[in-house]
Amino acid sequence: MFVTSAFAEEAAPAVEGGTEGATQSSTGVPAKVEGTFPPFDPATFPSQLLWLAITFGLFYLFLKKVVMPRVGGIIDVRNDRITQDLDHAARLKGEADAAVAAYEQELAEAKTRANTIGQQANDAAKAEAETARKKIEAALDQKLGEAEARISSIKANAMKEVGTIAEDTASAIVEALVGGKASKTEIAAAVKSVAR
Amino acid sequence: MAADKVDPIHQFNIVKLIPINIGGYDLSFTNSALFMVATVAVASAFLYLSTSSRSLVPGRLQSVSEMAYEFVSNMLRDSAGTQGMKFFPLVFSLFMFVLVANLLGLFPYFFTVTSHIIVTFGLAALVIGTVIVYGFMKHGLGFLKLFVPKGVPVVMLLLVVPIEIISFLSRPISLSVRLFANMLAGHITLKVFSGFVVSLSAFGAVGVAGSILPLAMAVALTALEVLVSFLQAYVFAVLTCMYLNDALHPSH
Repeated sequence: MFVTSAFAEEAAPAVEGGTEGATQSSTGVPAKVEGTFPPFDPATFPSQLLWLAITFGLFYLFLKKVVMPRVGGIIDVRNDRITQDLDHAARLKGEADAAVAAYEQELAEAKTRANTIGQQANDAAKAEAETARKKIEAALDQKLGEAEARISSIKANAMKEVGTIAEDTASAIVEALVGGKASKTEIAAAVKSVAR
Repeated sequence: MAADKVDPIHQFNIVKLIPINIGGYDLSFTNSALFMVATVAVASAFLYLSTSSRSLVPGRLQSVSEMAYEFVSNMLRDSAGTQGMKFFPLVFSLFMFVLVANLLGLFPYFFTVTSHIIVTFGLAALVIGTVIVYGFMKHGLGFLKLFVPKGVPVVMLLLVVPIEIISFLSRPISLSVRLFANMLAGHITLKVFSGFVVSLSAFGAVGVAGSILPLAMAVALTALEVLVSFLQAYVFAVLTCMYLNDALHPSH
């Protein structure tokens, strides 16, 4: 059964404890006083102190000579590495910042250049348009002048003819009304005064 | 009755494994000595092997070793300043020895080295001995200023100085008894509760059902004892640091 096996396991050291007293007395070493609380048994003190001194002494030396330089070294190396990496990161960040600044400056320059080019193109286009306009205007003016000249000559011709027609008409009217012939110069003067 | 066979004191018995007798002194290699060797072996092996790869990015075990190292290092630097770092190997050895001895003692059937007053007293005496020897070496008779607090009226000194001396003398006792008593009491309690489990189980089905409670207690106590093991090692190391601080800076 489960219970009995567990019990047996617990009982085993108790049996061992029982035989322990026997082995002690058989080795001839003064046996423990019955009922002494083991931690307060002075008979065990020299042995415990000796072995504590031996084991702890060796432990101290081992830690001092081997373990602590090693662990300290590992930690120092890591700290150095971290500082180094941080410096490196700071340097890289500085470089990146500089690159960004240079890029922005270039961008600004390019913008102003683009503006000036645009402005120049604009101005050139305006000037060209202006000259073209002026040329066309001049041509138009010239044509207008020619047209006006022609109109005025046509008008003058027409007026001249109007004068002769008027003179003829007038002489015919005078002839018909008065029955005599008016001199040509008189009629001409009269027509002229009326036409004015 | 079963209780007779569950003797909570039995676990503290010293058993001679190799009898050695020199000059009338019994210097036998006992189970206590065996577990001191085991403690040192386990602690050394752990610290040595876990750091053997010297990884820049530590693995789990290496982290534990480094944490222990930095934990003690910070503890010592906080209480004794950078001057105290010359005692770092001592404090680190004490901390690791006490911690591993305490933890090893929690395994069933294992002997607890620190549950014997003479062992803890030996360690405490080492600490106080270091404090006294180093104090007189560094400051000469000026070390005695430790017992004369500054700014206290002369009349009061008649009262204060004896108190300071008594408090200094009681340090090794309190240091050793604290660790010893904690380990002893913890192990006795554990044993008693485990004994209840066994005793109750002997009473058949009802007893087995009833033994669940002490079993749960034993489990909980084991967890508590793990905490106490660590805590006592920590307290021992912290007090060592503070006493070493007195050796470095006697005038307070």
